[in-house]
Parts: sequence; C-alpha cells; structure tokens
Amino acid sequence: MKRSLLVLLVAAMMTISSFGSASAGKIVLGVPGAHSGDLASYGLPTVEAAKLVVKAINESGGVNGEQVVLSLQDDQCKPEFATNAAMKLLSDQVNVVLGHICSGPTKAALPIYKESNLVCMSPSATSPSLTLSGDYPNFFRTIASDDAQGALAAMFAVEKLGLKKPAIIHDKGDYGKGFAEYTMKYLKEKGVEPVLFEGVTPGAVDYSAVVQKIKASGADGVIFGGYHPEASKVVSQMRKKKMTIPFLSDDGVKAQTFIDIAGKAAEGVYATGPQDITGNPMYAVALKQYKDSHYGAEPGAFYFEAYSAALALLKAIEYAKSTDYDKIVDALRNNEVETPVGKIKFDAKGDAIGVGFSVYQVKDGQYVEVK
Amino acid sequence: MEYFLELFFSGLTRGSIYALIALGYTMVYGIIELINFAHGEIYMIGAFVGLVVAGILTSFGFPAASIVVLASIAAIIYAAAYGYTIEKIAYRPLRGAPRLSPLISAIGMSIFLQNYVMLSQTSDFLSFPSLIPEFNFLGKYESMVGSSDFVIIVVAAVVMVALNLFIKFTRMGKAMRATAQNRKMAMLVGINVDQVISATFVIGSALAAVGGVLIASHIGQINFFIGFIAGIKAFTAAVLGGIGSVPGAMLGGLILGWTESFCTGYVSSDYEDVFAFALLVLILIFRPSGLLGKAPIQKV
Repeated sequence: MKRSLLVLLVAAMMTISSFGSASAGKIVLGVPGAHSGDLASYGLPTVEAAKLVVKAINESGGVNGEQVVLSLQDDQCKPEFATNAAMKLLSDQVNVVLGHICSGPTKAALPIYKESNLVCMSPSATSPSLTLSGDYPNFFRTIASDDAQGALAAMFAVEKLGLKKPAIIHDKGDYGKGFAEYTMKYLKEKGVEPVLFEGVTPGAVDYSAVVQKIKASGADGVIFGGYHPEASKVVSQMRKKKMTIPFLSDDGVKAQTFIDIAGKAAEGVYATGPQDITGNPMYAVALKQYKDSHYGAEPGAFYFEAYSAALALLKAIEYAKSTDYDKIVDALRNNEVETPVGKIKFDAKGDAIGVGFSVYQVKDGQYVEVK
Repeated sequence: MEYFLELFFSGLTRGSIYALIALGYTMVYGIIELINFAHGEIYMIGAFVGLVVAGILTSFGFPAASIVVLASIAAIIYAAAYGYTIEKIAYRPLRGAPRLSPLISAIGMSIFLQNYVMLSQTSDFLSFPSLIPEFNFLGKYESMVGSSDFVIIVVAAVVMVALNLFIKFTRMGKAMRATAQNRKMAMLVGINVDQVISATFVIGSALAAVGGVLIASHIGQINFFIGFIAGIKAFTAAVLGGIGSVPGAMLGGLILGWTESFCTGYVSSDYEDVFAFALLVLILIFRPSGLLGKAPIQKV
C-alpha cells in the first residue's frame, strides 16, 4: 500500500517536472549525446558549449526576447538509447536539437525528428551518408564529413598536381580505406582512373615489394590513406628507390611525428588536414569563455564545432523570428553566421559551407598550408 | 624480367631478416622443445639498443661505417644478456614442468618485455638513423638491390654459413647437437646441458639483434611493438622449414619472403598474409614436420 503511494508520488513529480521544462514563452534547445559511458569525453564538451552559448545569449536578452533553456539527454553514443533520448526531447517540446554526437545514434534518431519537423544539427557526426543520402532534410552539421577529405584530395591531385595515373595505397583500416575509397570515387568522377588500388599490412617488416609495384605500374603520384607509421615507411622506401613522384595523404599523416620519423623523405609530402580555425575572431571568444569558466582548462573534443552549432541554431531562430521548422531551415541555408569555425551557412544537403579541410605540404620540416 | 628480379631481391631481403630471427626459434626448439615467444621482443630490444648506441656515437662524431659495427656489437651483447637472463629466470625453473607451463611463461615474458620497453622508452614510433652508408655498385640496376638490401643479404648469408660451421665443427656445436638428440644421454656422457641451453639462447638472441639493427636501419623506424609481427612471421618461417632444423629455418625464411613479395607484386598486397599462411597450411598438410624437419623419432 505504502509502496504504491510512493510510486504514484514519484510519477506525479516527474510529470510536473517535464511540464515545467517546456513552459511557454521559452525556447528549448535539446542536447542529446554521450554524457556518460566510455565516449562521454566526446559528448560532454558539447554540453559545456551549449551552456556557455545559452548563458551569453540569455544575458543579452535571449532569442527574440525569449529565454533559452536546455534539455539534456544522454544516449551514451548507443543507437538504442538515442531513440529514447529523442522521444524524451519530443516530450520536452524542444524547438531545435543540438546533437547527436556519434553517427550511429544520429542516424537512429533522425527519423523521429523528421516526423516531428525538428531541425537537428550535429557537431561531430561525420558519416557521409547523413547528408549525401538526402534522406534527412532536417539534418545539418558543423563538421566536415569523411568524404570531404577524399573530395579535396582528389581535387588537389587532379587540378593542382596534374596527376593522370595515381596509385592509391591504404592500410586496410576503416579510416584509411575509407579515405582511399572516397578519393578513388572522386577521382573517377573527374575522369582519372587510378592505376593501382591496394592495401598494405600495418606493421609489416618492409614495403619494398609494394613500392616496386607502384613503380612498375607507372604511377605519376601516390595517394595514401592511413596513419603516419605506414605512410613514413612507404614514402621512405619510395625515396630510397629514387622515386620522386608526389605523395599525398590524409590528416592521419598531417602530424609533426610523421615528419620526425620520415625525416628527409617527408620533405614535399602533401597531406590534407582540418582547416586552421584559430584565426577566426569567434574562436578566441569561445576559447576565452571556456577557460574563464573552467579554471583555464582546455576545451575537449568538438567544443568549437558544438559552439558553432549552438550559435547557428539560435541565430537562425532569431533571424526567422519564429520556431517554425521551414523558417528555421530557410534561415540556416540563407543566412550567414559568425562562428568559431568561420562564417558559415549550410548547403542544400546540410553540410556547412566553408568548413572543411585544407592541403598542407612539408617544407623545411614543417607543414605549411598550400594556398 | 626486371620486375621479376626486383621482386626476387625484395623477397630475398625480407626473407633474410625472417631467417635471421627464425634461427633463434628453431635452435631453442631443437634443444629444449620450447617455443620461445619472447624471441621477437629480443629482436625489438636489439633494435632499441642499436638506436641508443648509434645516437650516442653520432653525437661524438664517429664515422658512419664504425657506427654500424659498434651499434651492432652493442645490440648483440645486450640482446644476448637478455636472452641468457630470460632463460635463467623464466624457463630454467620450469624445466621439469609440463610443456604448457614454459610456453605460458614465454608468452608472459613477451608481454612483459613489450610493456617494459613501452614504459621505459615510449609508445611512439621513433626514427632510426640510416646506418648503412649509401653506395651504388649496380649502376642502373640500383633499384633492384639498394645498399641496405645488399648489406642485409650478405650479412645474413655470412651469419648462416658461420652458424653452420659452428654447429658442425666446434665442441659447443657438437654438444648442442648431442643435447638436441637426447638430453639425458648427453648429460650422462658429461655434457653440461645447462651451459649448452644458455649458449643456444645467447646465440639465437645475438642473431635476432643483428636482424633488428639491420631492418630498423633499412626501414628507418622502430617502436615497442615491432617484435610481435616480425616474431610471428619468423616463427612461421621456422615451422615452414621444419622447426628444430637450422637449414630449415633459413629455407623457410626465404620461401616466406619470396611468397609475400611475389604475391604482392603479381596479385595484391591485400592478400600477402593470406598467401603466406595458406602456403604454411599446405606444406604442413603434406609435410607435417616442415620442409627439412625430421619426423619425431619414437624414443623408447
């Protein structure tokens, strides 16, 4: 008897609290993501970014005169929890969603938001299909997708390096092979057919046989997908065999350690890497806000992307002067916002225009951006 | 034809390294029937010692050729000391134990050494200086056999001939063969079996260290994990040639090296390991004791 009374009381309290958070005259920003579990380090910086942006906006009078409140939902980066988190956000009557963090949960939750006409913007889900498939017109992101790097590499290889017969080598891993495959796809779109597409075994004793093969194939450049230990082995053995053709790789190779290991062979190597955002005025603002409120600590993963997404979402509502789905989407696509990742708006697929990768080249033991 | 020769020599280089390491596996197995899984780590430690010594000597301005020799000698001494100590503390106390116990002890030693080097050095990849001076004696065929390939092949060949002569003609060599044949009988005729076993570990470790310094200088990078894959490949080579047989380890190493190299060249490097291990399975089906291995004699 007593226990059922307790259950009733708890249920009543929960009902009241969920009504409370969705009170009228407020804009609710949903923040689903990994807030606990082994991937929490990817999700929690987004919560911090959302809190800081909302605090700043509320202090300067809110959005269209209305205060912004947050609704946090934990999905632990697991698709099965993501749908629960999405349902909970709907019951909280959120106006826009900042999340999810991982690509899998994002894909699981998106149909739910789509049915309820909710805009969802992720700071970190990089799976290309989220935007490329066209299935989710309500999805946006402030991070470049995995295929953007391949597209850039292909563009650079064909237009700047003038490669006609590139050889593509990868390390058989998810990341390296993915980059290699996207690059090949975009090369083919440009009418360039790779002469070689092969994986090497990471950690193998030496790669001279595959280097001979590249040589025999008559390739005029090598595009490598993978991380720096393998890249430095391949490029060193190429240079030892007096092969001077260009070597182009990904952001797994755009690291100082690559130059330290490959030494002289690293000179002249091209690698794509995230665009330098440290020069943006909003970057300094976002960094200072975080440091001021966290005793000088450095922000974690995707903080600046999340900060940008929160700003873009709330500014879009302000610009649209409404929380109507169509108007927000219009504002996101047509209205530029100043954010830490640059001055951005979104293309028809949902990717941020102006966010992405640049090509770097090793010059005198340092990566220098190729203009 | 040129492409074929290029692949042939690339496989020869790789196979020479496998053979150098495989000798340690096969000798230890021949004497005490233990698969010393810590052997790959000895190779890795040899490479690390080579890196440290080469770094010190370079900073003192030694000429390149003397650095190769001195770094190799230091690596040999250090690795030999490791091999001796490992046998003493991890295998000797288990000599009378069931065969599984020293095997587990060997795996434990391997993991211990990997983590010890990771913690005391670094988990990052380190750049290894190119110790072997560049020279060109082939003119336009230089791309087939570079200077470091040439040194690796020659050193491996010299070491193998020397080892064979050692086993055939010296007292210790004879004692080794006797111990391998029958440990109890060897003991009865007055051979110090413990000494023979220690010597086996010391020689095997020294060969692995030479391999470590040479290959590190050839590919230009090392880290604490390189011993694992090289060890597995060398072990495969030893089994392929017939574990326990010294010429078998050399043959197995070369065959494995050529298989990988030709497979990469004519099929795809994606399938390098597939072909290498398919070959192993095939040979073991038709010759269960390996190419040059002897079928175990039923001891009565």
